[in-house]
Amino acid sequence: MQWQPTADIESIRERAELLARLRQFFANRTVLEVETPLLCRSGITDPSIEPLIVPRGDSPGQPRFLQTSPEYAMKRLLAAFGEPIYQISKAFRNGEAGSRHNPEFSLLEWYRPGFDHHRLMDEVADLVRCCLGELPLRKYSYRQLFHEHLQLDPFTAPIAELEKTARRHLDPGSLSGDRDMWLDLLMSHVLEPQLGNEDISFIYDYPASQAALSRVVYADGVWVAQRFELYVEGIELANGYCELIDAQEQRQRFERDNVLRLERGQCERPLDERLLAALAHGVPDCSGVALGIDRLLMLVTGATDIKDVLAFDWERS
Amino acid sequence: MAYYSTNEFRAGMKVLLDGDPCSILDNEFVKPGKGQAFNRVKLRNLKTGRQWERTFKSGESLEGADVMDRAMEYLYTDGEFWYFMESDTFEQHQADAAAVGDSHLWLKENEKCDVTLYNGAPLSVVPPNFVDLEIVETDPGLKGDTATGGSKPAKLSTGAVVKVPLFLTTGEVIRVDTRTGEYQSRASKS
Repeated sequence: MQWQPTADIESIRERAELLARLRQFFANRTVLEVETPLLCRSGITDPSIEPLIVPRGDSPGQPRFLQTSPEYAMKRLLAAFGEPIYQISKAFRNGEAGSRHNPEFSLLEWYRPGFDHHRLMDEVADLVRCCLGELPLRKYSYRQLFHEHLQLDPFTAPIAELEKTARRHLDPGSLSGDRDMWLDLLMSHVLEPQLGNEDISFIYDYPASQAALSRVVYADGVWVAQRFELYVEGIELANGYCELIDAQEQRQRFERDNVLRLERGQCERPLDERLLAALAHGVPDCSGVALGIDRLLMLVTGATDIKDVLAFDWERS
Repeated sequence: MAYYSTNEFRAGMKVLLDGDPCSILDNEFVKPGKGQAFNRVKLRNLKTGRQWERTFKSGESLEGADVMDRAMEYLYTDGEFWYFMESDTFEQHQADAAAVGDSHLWLKENEKCDVTLYNGAPLSVVPPNFVDLEIVETDPGLKGDTATGGSKPAKLSTGAVVKVPLFLTTGEVIRVDTRTGEYQSRASKS
């Protein structure tokens, strides 16, 4: 019986130090720490994220969802108080286990009223430097990144060209899927490993189909999502948005997610009506970002497997 | 055979892929925070020996392959097949040239080999790391020349040709590393 921790005492100390550093970072900037429920009445509609569900019992009269991120609850706080807030919490995603994934993981999520996504990227870079030391900052638009590395336009290239490019770089066997699947494949297998090599690399302005909860604007002849991702040493570290605050459009996106879920043979998810009501009440213009604390700790300690920075990984929990 | 989903893939598992039995060497879960999940799987085709990476959608499954590794004693060849015997059951198996491949150069009667069975038939044969074989043909030895470091080809009893030091002569037994095909030393005569 392996009862011992998967992390060594140095990693456990590094985690304590990192958490103290993160809290100090936000205290210096008067961003308020908040705490929201882990067990939620509504789950996420995103077809590529599956929640863990606590079944109906005595306390939960209905099944509850372990949060996949504190986003919805934090937006309700923004609607109520309009203040800059951050949260350090556990989040849960069913089926995500690997050298960079643990189904239970730690997230740092924060929201900045009045910031656009570029201003928030600058703040994320400050935070990363505060943990990893002085690193140069690089920013590429999603379009520019694909253009420079793969000589294709991710917004307009036909799916056949995306597939052809993917097959030049890797063996996807009989894989088939929509445009976003091929883009995700190229991003995660070909581009991501090259990003953040001794720098802090932001990718921003994604295809509108990958907007998730970000605003979508029309620019240079295409619809772009004001979303960004941060990579350091080939590791995806953070995902942020200039937040969608339009209740109507948010409802449509939830419904579109559910259509997609049904098409893929997944079950529908109930919409978070409390979030939609908060958006209808009014959330200030803001940007928000979620950063994986365990992955940041991997970069701090040089660990190559997430289990080395978790006291007990999923197998030993 | 049972089907295995990508999240059950483990190193050492044998699966059928494109009709060939393959061994899983590594399985990496790859997923963008917002986007679809993949498994990048390192495999070895057990028929061809080819090693490569294939990407699957997470949740896809593959059929397990009936593959077993067995320690067997090499018996003899009739030119068309090579015959092996399981040490514990005395069951005999015949392997064809495709299964034996280049290993036939290192097969010595009564030596233990690792034979991989696929659906009960030999798929590949791995000889011991070191075998002792007799030189059946080489240029005459240069007596006493142990220092110059030169080498010459020598044909062994199995038909293999290896480079040996100049001082060795026909009839001597040498030890060869079967993984590299390189001469190791003179074998102590038994």
